[in-house]
Amino acid sequence: MSADLSVNIAGVEFKNPVITASGTFGFGEEYNKFYSISLLGGISCKGTTLYPREGNPPVRIAETPMGILNSVGLQNPGVDEFIDRHLPFLSQHDAVIIANIAGSTEDEYVEAVRRLNGTCVDMVELNISCPNVKEGGVAFGTKPESVEKITSAVKKVCEQPLMVKLTPNVTDITETALAAEAAGADAVSLINTLTGMRIDIKTGRPVLHNNIGGMSGPAVFPVALRMVWQVANKVSIPVVGMGGISTWQNAVEMLLAGASAIQVGTACFNDVFAPLKIIDGLRKYLDENGYSSVSELTGGVEIW
Amino acid sequence: MAVYQDDFPIVSAEKLSDTVFDFKVSCPQLASDAFPGQFIHVICSAEKLLRRPISICEIDKTNSTIRFVFEQRGEGTRLLSGKKAGDTLNILGPLGKGFTALYAYDSAVVVGGGIGVPPLLEVAKSFNGACDAILGFRNSEAAILIDDFFDVCGDVSVTTDDGSLGTHGFVTDVLRKRLENDPPQVIAACGPTIMLKNVAALAKMYNVDCYVSLEERMGCGVGACLVCACRTRDENGDIKHSHVCSDGPVFNAEEVAF
Ligand SMILES: Cc1cc2nc3c(=O)[nH]c(=O)nc-3n(C[C@H](O)[C@H](O)[C@H](O)COP(=O)(O)OP(=O)(O)OC[C@H]3O[C@@H](n4cnc5c(N)ncnc54)[C@H](O)[C@@H]3O)c2cc1C
Ligand SMILES: Cc1cc2nc3c(=O)[nH]c(=O)nc-3n(C[C@H](O)[C@H](O)[C@H](O)COP(=O)(O)O)c2cc1C
Ligand code: FES
Repeated sequence: MSADLSVNIAGVEFKNPVITASGTFGFGEEYNKFYSISLLGGISCKGTTLYPREGNPPVRIAETPMGILNSVGLQNPGVDEFIDRHLPFLSQHDAVIIANIAGSTEDEYVEAVRRLNGTCVDMVELNISCPNVKEGGVAFGTKPESVEKITSAVKKVCEQPLMVKLTPNVTDITETALAAEAAGADAVSLINTLTGMRIDIKTGRPVLHNNIGGMSGPAVFPVALRMVWQVANKVSIPVVGMGGISTWQNAVEMLLAGASAIQVGTACFNDVFAPLKIIDGLRKYLDENGYSSVSELTGGVEIW
Repeated sequence: MAVYQDDFPIVSAEKLSDTVFDFKVSCPQLASDAFPGQFIHVICSAEKLLRRPISICEIDKTNSTIRFVFEQRGEGTRLLSGKKAGDTLNILGPLGKGFTALYAYDSAVVVGGGIGVPPLLEVAKSFNGACDAILGFRNSEAAILIDDFFDVCGDVSVTTDDGSLGTHGFVTDVLRKRLENDPPQVIAACGPTIMLKNVAALAKMYNVDCYVSLEERMGCGVGACLVCACRTRDENGDIKHSHVCSDGPVFNAEEVAF
């Protein structure tokens, strides 16, 4: 018998632990041209704010060895259009729908999350870790007190299970993770991008118009893995791990480090089929090694 | 519209100049679905995480191949230029909207600058001779594909910045005369942004429809990551960000906020 790939995170049932990461997979429409998005465990939608945002001017992407920097700056159509124009498409498919919500003020976060009530969104991912906008975003995510404040404000109005997405741009990520848990988060996801910079030596100007951007892709994987391991050892809520995962082997490592599910982002830019290859690889690995369920891997690392 | 991602064999890899390369790839389904002005997103080497966007230069539906012509600019295109016939290339495509709006017109002038010239070849072909070309290059060494355009166009004008081939000057000098004497129904342009801006301004002055193909750095290439933003105007004239990979790369010049 084949191993059970399903996982339950904060009461939400995922048929497999592979979720596409916010901002890299739009609202699922584009990649559904290559394969049915119903094959995915879940889809974390593009970061959405109460009102539409145009994002930062280009250039918005720079390449770095086995990684990228982006400074999209939360371009999105706003929560109402997300509900009217994109949710109907997602709801026709069989993947968990995760809304990724950001804002400039606490009131904006609260109102955007409130509008998701009564919709078919299965889970809310609170993005308090976007490094690419001037106010809000990461400003809420770097101090334990502000993480606690915004999480509890949102938790009061949020009907769906609430997952708080953490920034790696802090001294000790376990402090913000514990703050989110204390404020009522049902899960945490990490990591968002690491702030970085590239300079074009021909012009003497930063490659990105925003000067700095968020780094992702295989280059950040070891950092992400370390942080997931540290957080999973401290909190008792589920941890969703991401950052640089591009192969099923990376996914196994992330699960062993303590993640209950994983997200795949930048890898899709290189290979649109990456999430499906990871699901297949995981299944084979579990079968070949005699596991009956993928959740047996979670936290299985035996430390020295 | 179908999109594919697969390994395809290179059937020919030639050099057009010191820095410009001319590849043909066998890709039956992709070739049968592609339109002029669309692009492919190519893995240059396992060393590079991001694909590189390159325009389709010719679509050969009979032999199931597509042709693309690229300039060695940085590391990615340098690695790509090292590939040979028989190697495989991982390609995502066909992508973008292309020059399909041109199907509504009977005759056109294509205006290309430098490495912006290749995608206009398939556009020119689609007019079955009812198309003229104005092609500009830095100098005679940088001139590419001129014979190919002669094969499919009524008239071909070449300009070089230094006068080493054709008319000394810019494509816009030739275009202005053409617009004064015998304006075409539509203009299709591809090349450096400053050239596109000047071509668009001329087209507007002479009240001729104009479509331009834009470039921007890309991530996904399919419209999902929003990194390839360019400035356009909406119906009210307000500036917004469109996306080169999915809304373009071809835009009505009126919409572009240069
Ligand atoms: C729709 C489209 C069609 C194109 N068609 C052609 C073509 O037919 N022939 C051709 O020679 N070139 C074409 N280009 C430009 C080509 O994509 C770049 O020259 C190439 O990406 C440079 O990569 P590199 O690694 O050599 O350079 P680097 O400078 O080392 O690249 C660094 C990063 O910047 C990106 N980048 C650099 N310059 C450009 C650029 N002008 N446009 C987009 N991304 C860039 C690269 O993709 C890479 O991610 C096209 C670009 C676009 C957007
Ligand atoms: C282009 C781009 C846009 C992103 N946009 C968002 C976003 O809107 N909200 C968010 O929470 N994370 C966003 N992220 C971060 C990713 O969801 C993910 O946390 C990060 O990229 C690390 O995973 P990866 O290495 O697999 O991409 C974005 C990442 C990229 C590359
Ligand atoms: S490159 Fe991702 S949206 Fe255009």
